[in-house]
Amino acid sequence: MSVTEAARNRRYGALYSRNVRAVVGRGLMATKSSNALVMLSGFFEPVLYLISMGVGLGAIVGPVQGPGGQEISYAAYIAPALLAVSAMNGAVYDSTWNVFFKMNFARLYQGMLYTSLGPLDVAMGEIFLALLRGLLYATGFTAVLGVLGLITTPWAVLMIPASVLIAFGFASLGMGITSFMKTFQQMDWISFVMLPMFLFSATFYPLSVYPQHIQWLIQAMPLWHGVELLRQISVGVFSPATAVHLGYYLAMVAVGILLTTGRLRALFLK
Amino acid sequence: MVRVAELQSKASPVDRPPGAGAPQYVITAGNLTKYYGDVAAVDGISFRVAAGEAFGLLGPNGAGKSTAMKMIGGVSRRTSGSLSVMGLDPDQHGPEVRAHLGVVPQQDNLDEELRVRDNLLVYGRYFGLPMSYLRPKADELLEFAQLTDKARSRVDALSGGMKRRLTIARSLINEPRILLLDEPTTGLDPQARHILWDRLFRLKEQGVTLILTTHYMDEAEQLCDRLIVVDKGRIMAGGSPAALIREHSSREVLELRFGSDRNAGIGAELAGIGERVETLPDRVLIYAHDGEAALEQVSARGLRPLASLVRRSSLEDVFLRLTGRSLVD
Repeated sequence: MSVTEAARNRRYGALYSRNVRAVVGRGLMATKSSNALVMLSGFFEPVLYLISMGVGLGAIVGPVQGPGGQEISYAAYIAPALLAVSAMNGAVYDSTWNVFFKMNFARLYQGMLYTSLGPLDVAMGEIFLALLRGLLYATGFTAVLGVLGLITTPWAVLMIPASVLIAFGFASLGMGITSFMKTFQQMDWISFVMLPMFLFSATFYPLSVYPQHIQWLIQAMPLWHGVELLRQISVGVFSPATAVHLGYYLAMVAVGILLTTGRLRALFLK
Repeated sequence: MVRVAELQSKASPVDRPPGAGAPQYVITAGNLTKYYGDVAAVDGISFRVAAGEAFGLLGPNGAGKSTAMKMIGGVSRRTSGSLSVMGLDPDQHGPEVRAHLGVVPQQDNLDEELRVRDNLLVYGRYFGLPMSYLRPKADELLEFAQLTDKARSRVDALSGGMKRRLTIARSLINEPRILLLDEPTTGLDPQARHILWDRLFRLKEQGVTLILTTHYMDEAEQLCDRLIVVDKGRIMAGGSPAALIREHSSREVLELRFGSDRNAGIGAELAGIGERVETLPDRVLIYAHDGEAALEQVSARGLRPLASLVRRSSLEDVFLRLTGRSLVD
């Protein structure tokens, strides 16, 4: 064993036991027996938005300009944005409310942490489950887009892994933030941030409608990068900005994991 | 992944007989201290627990019992002092230490989203145990906990006693060497308590070390070979139940009732009878080697109690003497 490996083992010896799969297995079993309906509602949310806004509102809006300057239907314009929003919502729900409830009310983690599992096993297992769910939703939604004829390029398949990356960014950061939360009132702040982000991140209309300084604010927010990334992928038009969007999420994942790992004891050993 | 065989053979000083007859300590705590902010929950306690022993932590609410249990399990870090469980420091080797532990927490934390048998299987997976071991083990433990016909039930459909037994069954899934029981029978009816005690006796017979906290003195007398009385984070006394009674109380206790308004005044008139007289609002207690003889002395002084009772001293007398009668929350 190398010196650095020994140091790492000492540092994480009390936190990690390389058994993430037990936490994942538990999540799958619990989903099978009780959460099937919750899963379905998460799938239908973006589909309902797409039908109401894209098909309904789209009928009076008419065709709009896509990322490459080409004309696309309004439904095709908002579809990738809705996928990004659903990736965000699912990941944030799983990593904040879900973790908060299991920790403070179901006392699930207290039970887990009295076994060989360490807090890092639990955190990684829960994030993995959130991503697995995100993967299922993204696949389902992309299939719906295909059925509705809103997919025009094979590139669009890449929206699936890209939305898993978006979910990863939100889930890892969300869990770190949850570690600071002590009451329901504080948890409500999360919704307070998420709703405006959903409405204003160039989800339903282009960023250019805003004055310059508002544009900067929105461009600093994570959801806008997710919306733009998926919108570019959906039509297969890429630019240097694509790399910026990807980089934004890679950085978010890194910061989120660092924060969550640093706050592990606060997160699970209250 | 850790297999059962490894769990059982995992090197620890306790497994290796250090020499004939030498006691093998599975837990050694030296000056163990835990502060929450400025408040000392555990304030420098030292104790050792030998393999196969049933060891009790007694004390009023807030005495630091549960905190001590958490530190043993490595889910709460000590502020200072030393602690060794199966030869390992729980702060450094939490997962390995807990591989040897079974834990029954004060409040049931069964997985309500899983069915009864699945609770056992999934919990075993947390220890990295393979399903080929867990399936027969889960059935065996359901049998042990008298829950075989509830295997497919939902957890929230179980009674309080059943949940408690399931929690104990769950804690045994990894064949622990040490079982930590935090107030195992609180909230159970007498039938359920006796069933539980019986199960715990069997485990003790199998050589499992039991560490339990309780504030039921009869439970401590029934189950514990040795115990410590803790109050405000400190050890007040320690020893076997019989030795503690010998040391801190008399052989017998005479309880006298003179009526609420007279109890307080009559204490002075009883002075000198027995080893000690204690006046409570509802009765007067005389601690004496021979309770009947003390009662005769009371009559000889012309005092006529409304009711009298001679009984053996119990751990409860010791406990109340050491931790006081006033209510602390």
